[in-house]
Amino acid sequence: MSKSRTLRPGSSSGALWYFAAAITLAVAMMSCGGKGQPSETAAPANPAAKPVDAATAGTVTGSIKLDGTAPKPRNINMAAEPNCATQHSTPAQTEDVVPGDGGTLQNVVVYLKGDFSQYSFPPMSTPVTIDQKGCQYHPHVLALETGEPLSVVNSDQTTHNIHPVPKDNREWNESQPPGASPIMQSFARPEVSIPVKCNVHPWMKAYIAVFNNPYFQVTGKDGAFTIKNVPPGTYTVTAWHEVYGSSEQMVTIGPSESKSVTITFKAISAASD
Amino acid sequence: MTTPPPNRPYQNVHRFAVFTAACTFLLLIAGALVTSNDAGLSVPDWPLSYGSLTPPMVGGIFYEHGHRMIASFVGLLSIALAVWLWRVESRRPASERPPVKGSLRWLGVAALGAIVAQGLLGGLTVLFFLPPSVSSAHATLAQLFFATVASIALLTSAWWEREPVSWFRDPRSPSIHALALAAVAAVFLQLILGAAFRHKAFGIIPHLAGAVVVTGLIFWLAGALRRRFPAVPELRFAARALHILIGLQLLLGAAAWWSRLYAASFPQPIAVTVALTVAHVVLGALVLVSTVLVTLVCYRLVRPAGAIVGSPAPRPSTAD
Repeated sequence: MSKSRTLRPGSSSGALWYFAAAITLAVAMMSCGGKGQPSETAAPANPAAKPVDAATAGTVTGSIKLDGTAPKPRNINMAAEPNCATQHSTPAQTEDVVPGDGGTLQNVVVYLKGDFSQYSFPPMSTPVTIDQKGCQYHPHVLALETGEPLSVVNSDQTTHNIHPVPKDNREWNESQPPGASPIMQSFARPEVSIPVKCNVHPWMKAYIAVFNNPYFQVTGKDGAFTIKNVPPGTYTVTAWHEVYGSSEQMVTIGPSESKSVTITFKAISAASD
Repeated sequence: MTTPPPNRPYQNVHRFAVFTAACTFLLLIAGALVTSNDAGLSVPDWPLSYGSLTPPMVGGIFYEHGHRMIASFVGLLSIALAVWLWRVESRRPASERPPVKGSLRWLGVAALGAIVAQGLLGGLTVLFFLPPSVSSAHATLAQLFFATVASIALLTSAWWEREPVSWFRDPRSPSIHALALAAVAAVFLQLILGAAFRHKAFGIIPHLAGAVVVTGLIFWLAGALRRRFPAVPELRFAARALHILIGLQLLLGAAAWWSRLYAASFPQPIAVTVALTVAHVVLGALVLVSTVLVTLVCYRLVRPAGAIVGSPAPRPSTAD
């Protein structure tokens, strides 16, 4: 006790000032990070690489099937966000399993695995857009190339934050108020697939697949895909779905050849019921 | 059991400490709501929210910014509490201070340091996208801060200022002090495991194992309090409170886990899961505070066997 009594306000004020200064500095340094960071640059292409010879290139086509009954989508409760709730005449629903026409499956990322290092591909400069509308992402699943611009648009009259959670790319989290200009970003490394979420509206989920070649497509309403300009060779056709995971098939493409592939996912009740 | 002091220099600061503790409890609820509603990153910037002090309070922003506002208020209360304690203690000669009071000013400073560190951890967890270690540290330090403020409230209370009429001897081994300290340590470790599970650093197994240890120790402590000191109202009450709290906490933990499994495939957190999980988190904080306060009370009233004590004279416990 006697020790503490010898401390006088004057002697401790210096330490307090240092403490306050350290805190202020820490806050200032921390405030500088985390927001509005520029995109990473994609790795440079192989200088010896050459374009794919269109005269011998082939095509891989096909469709993604769903074997069984898709789980029922769940209604999303948007009561906390009237701006979005009023945009849906019927309750918005989850999009984790969306059947297509004729027993097919939508929102499947189909891509080719193989060695494309000897080929060069023209850089993609037209932005791929993901829109936030009715507090849902449109599209729910998208794919793009490394370095390809991603434009994030907010069509809602409410604030969103866009937060991809990648494993191999840089994580970022940016806010976007209503009427704000699009957020432009890109991804430097291939990754299938990056979950995207809005922490303001926890039901908002999307996936972004990133590739270092143009051999990919996301299935639409017909569950079909067409991958063109494929150099002759043997590849693994891979289909990725957010609930059902990945499924693969080998395919060999001869010069100017077109092959069809059908991949079927089993409709296990993994999503919801 | 105790005699009233001639005056109460700590009366007002005690009331203020109780108010600060109550606000801290609300802050814990607000913090737990952020995590349970998956709103931790709904505000991407820090220390401002969307570059302002008044962001649109929609969706997860309501929870995250609300948490920040309550935290700022508790931070201001902590500054006032630390300054107040310092001034009150500086005015009193050491000979007039009741036990522990000489260090109380430093407890106030520790609480202030904790809330500042807590704010910085909160900022780090936002700017670095909820790293499990930082988020778990943020959740754990919150509980420590709560326990510190609650301890200040006890140590400035009229009950604490009174001289005990008699000490109680504790001839048994392990001593009630050792049991109480072990319970505090176990509960604190369990809170770390719980926070780590909640922030995805660990799975559920370590937290479940911790629950077994904590339950055993708390039952041991409460049973010892009840058996060794049946005539001491404070310790009887403590035993009953510990039994009730740990029982409720076990039920809430099981219910929160069940609701989490049930709602795993839902597109968003559901109210039942949020309510049960938040209740489990804040009751965990109350269990920590209770064990800390029971430990302090034990040190105030009970002397281990063989301890040399002055006035008042030691007296054997009424049981065992």
